[in-house]
Amino acid sequence: MKEDRHVIIIGSGPAGLTAALYAARANLSPLLIEGLESGGQLMLTTMVENWPGFRDGIMGPDLMTEMRAQAERFGTEIVEGSVTTVQLGQRPFSVSLSDGRTWTAGALIVATGASARWLEIQSDRKLAGHGVSTCATCDGYFFKGRPIAVVGGGDSALEEAIYLTKFASKVTLVHRRDTLRASKIMQDKAFANPKISFIWDSEVADVKDVGKGEVTGIVLRNLKTGVRSEVPLDGVFIAIGHTPNTSLFAGQIDLDPAGYVVTSHGSRTSVPGVFAAGDVQDHVYRQAITAAGSGCMAAIDAERYLESLTAPPVDVVVTQAIESS
Amino acid sequence: MASEKVQTFTDSNFDEVTKSGVVLVDFWAAWCGPCLQLAPTIDSLADDFDGKVVVGKLNVDENPNIATRFKIRGIPTLLILKDGEVADTVVGRAEKEDLASKLTSQLGALGD
Repeated sequence: MKEDRHVIIIGSGPAGLTAALYAARANLSPLLIEGLESGGQLMLTTMVENWPGFRDGIMGPDLMTEMRAQAERFGTEIVEGSVTTVQLGQRPFSVSLSDGRTWTAGALIVATGASARWLEIQSDRKLAGHGVSTCATCDGYFFKGRPIAVVGGGDSALEEAIYLTKFASKVTLVHRRDTLRASKIMQDKAFANPKISFIWDSEVADVKDVGKGEVTGIVLRNLKTGVRSEVPLDGVFIAIGHTPNTSLFAGQIDLDPAGYVVTSHGSRTSVPGVFAAGDVQDHVYRQAITAAGSGCMAAIDAERYLESLTAPPVDVVVTQAIESS
Repeated sequence: MASEKVQTFTDSNFDEVTKSGVVLVDFWAAWCGPCLQLAPTIDSLADDFDGKVVVGKLNVDENPNIATRFKIRGIPTLLILKDGEVADTVVGRAEKEDLASKLTSQLGALGD
């Protein structure tokens, strides 16, 4: 069976778009399926100050618009929609969307990224859009002059807390430990901000009030003493990390216990011909620039893999690929 | 590609344009990344439901009164109105097929 495409890329963040750029320039005319969160996590940011080449920073959404245009300029075809199934046990691989469209490809690059994690309680999701948010830049505006909480202790939690002081009357940062994971520079900024106060060693046990359909407060549980307390406020911003978007691939490629795609020898996954890049396979660095770098690696690995299929086998990886096809 | 079928709702025209039939309102703002991600879906729904559903966008930054009236606390939020009353609410990004089936079911219920 002849495949529809040399290479299909799933995901449209820095990893996916960089893979598309390199694959397009290698004349592989890639198809990129952008997914529900097109542009990825940078679409939720404001100023990105650590993307090399922009000394004054660049807005996250603007950076993604440029990356997308650059990938398209060299012949990437970008398709809106979300992938619902992939079949990796056959050659060519097949990829289907929620609207029923299906393509096959000789190589696949997985760049589905990671999405914001929610609390492990029911009430936070029920109140999403009604006072509970995972996007400070989107929803901070609605809390002008109101008290809110930020949950988390990493860089992104502190960044959100500081950003939200532009709107909120008071920002309470709730963290499970008694020290922050965030970088020193962010900690200094947050401790110096008079609008931010800290509640340590505590987790959010409940968000009220699902019955009213709006946030009226949070119930906290102190993890050292077990004591519960209630803090009245109008909004809760959750910044407790991310979960890799890999449910599509479970059982088809190797995932680690946390659900990240396992890669080796560059971007190779456990299935020859399937490569992974960006946050879907990286829980260590998780930067736009590392995602883009790994997207480049995946495109080069995919190109060499496809070349190897038409040439005599030269190494173990290639031999396996041919045997299983 | 932005669709010409998508109307611009404002604090002043909202009640008039939404008072009858099935209406899809997209609450958005320029500084909201997920709103920009959702925009092509809204455009495409406006084309598909042309003549059946009025599709419009309301910029919450410029039109705070309507956003406040509906207690909008997060964007994107989509409201499906039927004869001016809220029939369905979708918070956050959504698949086009899901939104289309919600609109279709409200159209089906119109004659009730």
